[in-house]
Amino acid sequence: MPAFKVVEPGPMTTVQDLGRFGYQAYGVPVSGVLDQFSARVANWLVGNPSGAAVLESTFMGPKLEVLGECTVAVTGADVAMALNGRPVEPWRAMRVRAGDEFWIRQAKAGLRAYLAVTGGIDVPTVMGSRSTYVAAGLGGLEGRPIKKGDLIRRGPGTPRRRETILTEGQRPRLKEEITLRAVAGPQEEHFGEGLRVFFGSEFKVTPQADRMGYRLDGPEVMRMPEAPPSIISEPSIPGAVQIPPDGKPIILLVEQTVGGYAKIATVIWADLPLVAQARPRDRIRFSQVTLAQAHAIYKEAMERLEAIRIGLGAPP
Amino acid sequence: MGLYREPLVRIVGDRGVLVEYGDSIHPEVNLKVRAMAGLLETRGVEGLQEVVPTYRSLLLIYDPMATQPQTLIRGLRSLEKGMSEIQVPPPREVEIPVCYGGEFGPDIEFVANYHGLTVEDVIRIHSSPRYQIYMMGFTPGFPFLGGLPELLATPRLETPRLSVPAGSVAIAANQTGIYPITSPGGWRLIGRTPLRLFRPEREQPFLYKAGDFIRFRPIDRESYYALAQKQD
Repeated sequence: MPAFKVVEPGPMTTVQDLGRFGYQAYGVPVSGVLDQFSARVANWLVGNPSGAAVLESTFMGPKLEVLGECTVAVTGADVAMALNGRPVEPWRAMRVRAGDEFWIRQAKAGLRAYLAVTGGIDVPTVMGSRSTYVAAGLGGLEGRPIKKGDLIRRGPGTPRRRETILTEGQRPRLKEEITLRAVAGPQEEHFGEGLRVFFGSEFKVTPQADRMGYRLDGPEVMRMPEAPPSIISEPSIPGAVQIPPDGKPIILLVEQTVGGYAKIATVIWADLPLVAQARPRDRIRFSQVTLAQAHAIYKEAMERLEAIRIGLGAPP
Repeated sequence: MGLYREPLVRIVGDRGVLVEYGDSIHPEVNLKVRAMAGLLETRGVEGLQEVVPTYRSLLLIYDPMATQPQTLIRGLRSLEKGMSEIQVPPPREVEIPVCYGGEFGPDIEFVANYHGLTVEDVIRIHSSPRYQIYMMGFTPGFPFLGGLPELLATPRLETPRLSVPAGSVAIAANQTGIYPITSPGGWRLIGRTPLRLFRPEREQPFLYKAGDFIRFRPIDRESYYALAQKQD
């Protein structure tokens, strides 16, 4: 059913779900939301399952005309929002009605905001997912970011009666100094002294930061003199940190399938939302964890998510 | 050079394991990768979510709540032991019609001059072998093909093009491939196929998979446009 008409799209707003799985062997990246924590919580706030499609906006959100009664929730970046010109808050469910104007404005902290709506954003499922992969014109709304005048539909579902909110203590703290926990490898032996530089220095996010990857600036992470400048192309996963010949790290994200530079470390799953919310000029440090520690953190993160979901009374 | 005696296991964060079978781009190594990928796809291992084969390694993406890298590797070893010889699904041979040169292959003259050949030589040599797909990646359906005759190995462009048209057939060093969608790219363009190589709306979005063979068949401009019209 019709949900919104796009009055202003924002610079980069796309439909995303948790990703497109099973096609990486064919060169199709997983895509999907960059900040899984925020996207899941947005869905749970409106009573959707985790995998319902949401709108992911970057820095500036969209201005939408509401076409029918539904519940919405916005999470992720700390954004200024207005409903019919009155300020409203993120991280809580809101009932909106036909004729309302809902505006997600610029992010004061963080970068990406997630808008969930009752029933999920309804676009055709392509290769098992509703996620947009703009470079291939795949999924989402005609394979592209939303634009002015678009009609956005939602799936079936009754607007929630319950007033749901994620308490402040449960929300991520958005900071300009970010520490990402990472497991060394898959090619840590190419680096030697470079490993010490990587885990001991501060890097700055450059403007070359998108859903494909984040380029960082900082001290040169040097390879061992005998290490080759590139490796035979191999698959990558979101969070892998590749070091090109100039020694400036690139955190590979959800629109990357294969890469030909050695990877010094891989950011753990639970910290990927921090990358999604990092803005150009933010400062990043990497902190090394063992695989056993990484798995303990993963388990904790999953349990915390599960507790939040149950607290919000949402389906899995 | 070639196959390792024991595969090298590399840790990729908290959800991935990379199993590396050799130190070079080599048919024997790639065969091993594809055999193991095929085995994992048909038999499955608990906790394994996705298997991505490439030139010489296999990426296993797993659920850390359900399994551990050591368990996955043990599972892989026991599957391997139970396999009497290397078996891979029988490869298919896919014919790709290509209109070489002209506006479709703006770099074909460069390639010819680089090697002291004529354009006709380049077309004849490029369309002679059958090429095996070593892996797919970069963009959906982009096949990295092994077996380009040494005679045609040509370095990439110094500055990549911002937009390479879908269907472009290209060369970079000793590799050849096809751009299935319009994308940036630094390979030398020698021709273009009218076939649509990525059809996401279909049950089977791709015409080929890793391990299959590709043959290029030269066609003229008329046939190119006739075939292009037939693509939905």
